[in-house]
Amino acid sequence: MAARGGRGGGGSSGHCSQDKSITLPPDEIFRNLENAKCFAIDIGGSLTKLAYYSTVQHKVARVRSFDHSGKDIEHESPYEVTVQEEITARLHFIKFENTYIETCLDFIKDHLVNTETKVIKATGGGAYKFKDLIEKKLGLKVDKEDVMTCLIKGCNFVLTNIPHEVFAYQKDSDTEFRFQTNHPNIFPYLLVNIGSGVSIVKVEMEDKFEWIGGSSIGGGTFWGLGALLTKTKKFDELLQLASKGQHTNVDMLVKDVYGGAYQTLGLSGNLIASSFGKSATADKDFSKEDMAKSLLHMISNDIGQLACLYAKLHNLDKIYFGGFFIRGHPVTMRTITYSINFFSKGEVQALFLRHEGYLGAIGAFLKGAEQDNPNQYSWGENYAGSSGLMSTSPDLCPMQRTRSGTFDMFEMDRLERPLVNLPLLQDPSTYIPDTVDLTDDAMARKYWLTCFEEALDGVAKRAAASQPDSIDAVERAEKFQQKYWNKLQTLRQQPFAYGTLTVRSLLDTREHCLNEFNFPDPYSKIKQKENGIALKCFQGVIESLDSLDWKERQLALVKGLLAGNVFDWGAKAVSDVLESETQFGFEEAKSKLQERPWLEDSYNEWLDRLKEGPPHKCALIFADNSGIDIILGVFPFVRELLSSGTEVILACNSGPALNDVTYSESLIVTEKIAAMDSVIQSALKEERLLLVQTGSSSPCLDLSRLDKGLAVLVRERKTDLVIIEGMGRAIHTNYYAALKCESLKLAVIKNSWLAERLGGKIFSVIFKYEVPRE
Amino acid sequence: MKKQGREHGSEVQSNRAARGRRLHSALGPRTSPSSRHLLPGEPLLRDRSGSRRPRSPRGLGGAVDGERIKNVFPWFGLDIGGTLVKLVYFEPKDITAEEEEEEVENLKSIRKYLTSNVAYGSTGIRDVHLELKDLTLCGRKGNLHFIRFPTHDMPAFIQMGSQKHFSSLHTTLCATGGGAYKFEQDFRTMGDLQLCKLDELDCLIKGVLYIDSVGFNGHSECYYFENPTDSEKCEKLPFNLENPYPLLLVNIGSGVSILAVYSKDNYKRVTGTSLGGGTFFGLCCLLTGCSTFEEALEMASRGDSTKVDKLVRDIYGGDYERFGLPGWAVASSFGNMVSKEKRESVSKEDLARATLITITNNIGSIARMCALNENINRVVFVGNFLRINTISMRLLAYALDYWSKGQLKALFLEHEGYFGAVGALLELLDTA
Repeated sequence: MAARGGRGGGGSSGHCSQDKSITLPPDEIFRNLENAKCFAIDIGGSLTKLAYYSTVQHKVARVRSFDHSGKDIEHESPYEVTVQEEITARLHFIKFENTYIETCLDFIKDHLVNTETKVIKATGGGAYKFKDLIEKKLGLKVDKEDVMTCLIKGCNFVLTNIPHEVFAYQKDSDTEFRFQTNHPNIFPYLLVNIGSGVSIVKVEMEDKFEWIGGSSIGGGTFWGLGALLTKTKKFDELLQLASKGQHTNVDMLVKDVYGGAYQTLGLSGNLIASSFGKSATADKDFSKEDMAKSLLHMISNDIGQLACLYAKLHNLDKIYFGGFFIRGHPVTMRTITYSINFFSKGEVQALFLRHEGYLGAIGAFLKGAEQDNPNQYSWGENYAGSSGLMSTSPDLCPMQRTRSGTFDMFEMDRLERPLVNLPLLQDPSTYIPDTVDLTDDAMARKYWLTCFEEALDGVAKRAAASQPDSIDAVERAEKFQQKYWNKLQTLRQQPFAYGTLTVRSLLDTREHCLNEFNFPDPYSKIKQKENGIALKCFQGVIESLDSLDWKERQLALVKGLLAGNVFDWGAKAVSDVLESETQFGFEEAKSKLQERPWLEDSYNEWLDRLKEGPPHKCALIFADNSGIDIILGVFPFVRELLSSGTEVILACNSGPALNDVTYSESLIVTEKIAAMDSVIQSALKEERLLLVQTGSSSPCLDLSRLDKGLAVLVRERKTDLVIIEGMGRAIHTNYYAALKCESLKLAVIKNSWLAERLGGKIFSVIFKYEVPRE
Repeated sequence: MKKQGREHGSEVQSNRAARGRRLHSALGPRTSPSSRHLLPGEPLLRDRSGSRRPRSPRGLGGAVDGERIKNVFPWFGLDIGGTLVKLVYFEPKDITAEEEEEEVENLKSIRKYLTSNVAYGSTGIRDVHLELKDLTLCGRKGNLHFIRFPTHDMPAFIQMGSQKHFSSLHTTLCATGGGAYKFEQDFRTMGDLQLCKLDELDCLIKGVLYIDSVGFNGHSECYYFENPTDSEKCEKLPFNLENPYPLLLVNIGSGVSILAVYSKDNYKRVTGTSLGGGTFFGLCCLLTGCSTFEEALEMASRGDSTKVDKLVRDIYGGDYERFGLPGWAVASSFGNMVSKEKRESVSKEDLARATLITITNNIGSIARMCALNENINRVVFVGNFLRINTISMRLLAYALDYWSKGQLKALFLEHEGYFGAVGALLELLDTA
């Protein structure tokens, strides 16, 4: 996207198609070059993929307790917020046409200032051809790496690190791209790379793979033979021809041989008996389109058949297809998928990768960056800096950009901590965090895209207002607004651009875009203020709870938790109230709640469980918002659990998202509460209350990508109860998540549309207590 | 087609019982149109299935043996493929003077016509070199003739049958191949003939086993290439297929069918590919403007495919050792044709050769994978694609040997494309 728009009219005037220069500000493309190192380049037949590793300086909001030496000073706020610079690691990948290579190298050379880099890893068929140019332009030594080794390394990397990397293609369904859940174990698999020829590689482990076969009938055959038959020179044009043709004019079908009656052999009459069988005549002309189509079928079927034969021989059921023949071409993905389905009788699935075009570059980069151990970290796709899966096929989206003259980008952030599955997931391989697939559900998609568009103005204003001292805050906020707006428009056109479109991905994309323009935590001040207010009310709330008998108290605790969850700046219905009614407080929130029976109400079962069963060993709580939510809602609940003998692991986000409580805020808040409350204090001291970070900076929750420390603790403490709170974590995600232990999912629905969809009204309550089936 | 009631259980396998039913049902309705040609007063017999069948006229080869009927001459087997029609004709040589005298005029004329010519019309050809002499079939001695003509001349063939009053001979015309279905209606309306349609894979296997068992006029029907990887030492040698099972049978006609055969009547169709002889010839027509298969092969024999194909060494400068790929292996068929200069520098012969190599290698590759998956190490290649096509046969022998490291053996049969037709003829004699 960045290559197409982003900033309107940015210096793109006066170029023509012959112009080999970059028509957009190159700093939008080759970003963060100043600290770039570990360069790698993959030069294919027509496209170059450049990779580098760089550090990004971010502003981050840090919270810090006031110095306790001056104890008498009464602060309005419970802690101070400071903005600091933080350096994080990022991987950049840029894909462009080979014709731009010289211009790009010049640009890189001019901007590469701080680097100690001496070599550039190179792979791909064109690496040899451009070796001298690269060495001359960049002054770096070109170090060639084996193409297939790079491909496999890159493939393993994306399969491990990028959710929704893999998809199946279904042309004739509403959802063309059917994204797959990442399986915890990616091995073994078959990689079928369709370049000029076909290579079939069996990958058994990270560094163990074997070329098990191949075929000379591949992309080069389609292109070369196609050029001979149709006098059409370009690969893309051949594909276009093929998509318009009728192969039945050229191919001999089973029904051509059998006439009308073709039950024999169990073959359908429409099957191709002999490719080009009808062209075996000297006195007939065939259209270019028909011949191209016939050729496409012939080659796709042949590759699919061989792939199935190899899969069968090696007993594999996962086949990933890549190579230029596949890359971004729905036409070939469709024919290959058809062929695999046909020849495997549905037993093997043809799978494709969103970042297939980058595999070689990623692999070459990984080879060069071994001293930085990139494989020891977890990485996340940066939605703000990545172009997304773009279709280059003109028949799919006629309004689509053409391939030439554009740059495709892919960025990955190195995450501070490794992410793993929650050990309590019932089946990690089938766990899908998201409740609604917006790629599938057109009505929901329209609603949410509009919803995010409508909220955008407010978010941008909030962001600008959060940095009153910054002179360029307004300008940055506008840029953020433009960027996110563009992302939303892309997603309207291509919901599959970043994998399955979900409310979570829309929220995460917004967070990435905010970070991109240095708004690390627009709600830091609001959170600070609300935490301060809520802390002041804490003791009052506890006293009133303690005055209730056990049964009344249980309900009051749950209602308190739910009322706290009303305070969500992410929900427009709430943020409007909070903006206008400054007096809106805990009691007002309680009055908004739906009366029992709730929309989803298993409170009685929960109460019975508390009454009759032994106390839980350890509860894991995923908290939602700062302020009233965590302090007056969650903490009294935590306190009750602790009092009844249950240990508590309180998990908060590692980084900020909306007004969600962060781990560092939770540390301070807990400390403040402990100072007021002996139950919390002793639990902290005795390590019966543990604060951990989730590893996430999302308003939603992906239980398959959680901080490793959290997972370790969950196992150590034999956690037997998981409590997930809030719309983002318990409704947009995890509503259907199946766990191995008891779980409680609770939230207040602060969105009319969603409430209606679930059969309720705004402020309807979800209280879902689940016990795993034996 | 899923058939029921089979002993050997495989899903796509054929079934003699079902086949028998099909044959009878095909015979059944034949009675009425044929009966119009009955001579007055001629008796009708009932066969075992209960359907009415006419007794053959004056008993040439049609003597009644109890309730059974011996087959009526002429004996034909027909295999109507996508491109070629294969016809086998048994010419009885033990005709007694009495029989000769009794032989109806039509039959005589057909016999004379077929046996005294080597070419029929402008496209029909008798493969004289394949003729099997002094064969004993159903107690009769004679010669088996092998005739082929293009499928598009089928209407003319039926026309001829009609003109020669073939239908008056009251013989059963057994046919297999897709065309048996496609032309069934034409046979009925134009030639007043009821075809007996037979399963093409049943016929194919039956034909292969039979011809191999009778041998090729004292020589071996089956052969292989010794030292296929060494063009100097490579030689064609007889192969004894006495214990043929299991074998992989690869039939290369317009398209390709691959069968795994475990016993005489236990086999399955493993897979097939649409890249077959029709693809070679079709592409050659488009690329070179040639008009016959012979011409296409002749051009191929003079061409150089390495100008058209991109070899491993074109990419890696030599062998690609990482994957153990030799430099001479084709990395991308027609891969060089991506370049305009190279497109302009290749000849039609080069293109024909590349097409032949591409199709042949691909068939070899699929056959090899099937052999591995089915755990079979003998692969018999048949079909008319291999006719006068030594290039492909040697390449198949080579490729199978090389890529399997000597584990697989490619075998060939002298009567390449005629086994379906032979099988059809055998069915005729079996089922009567």
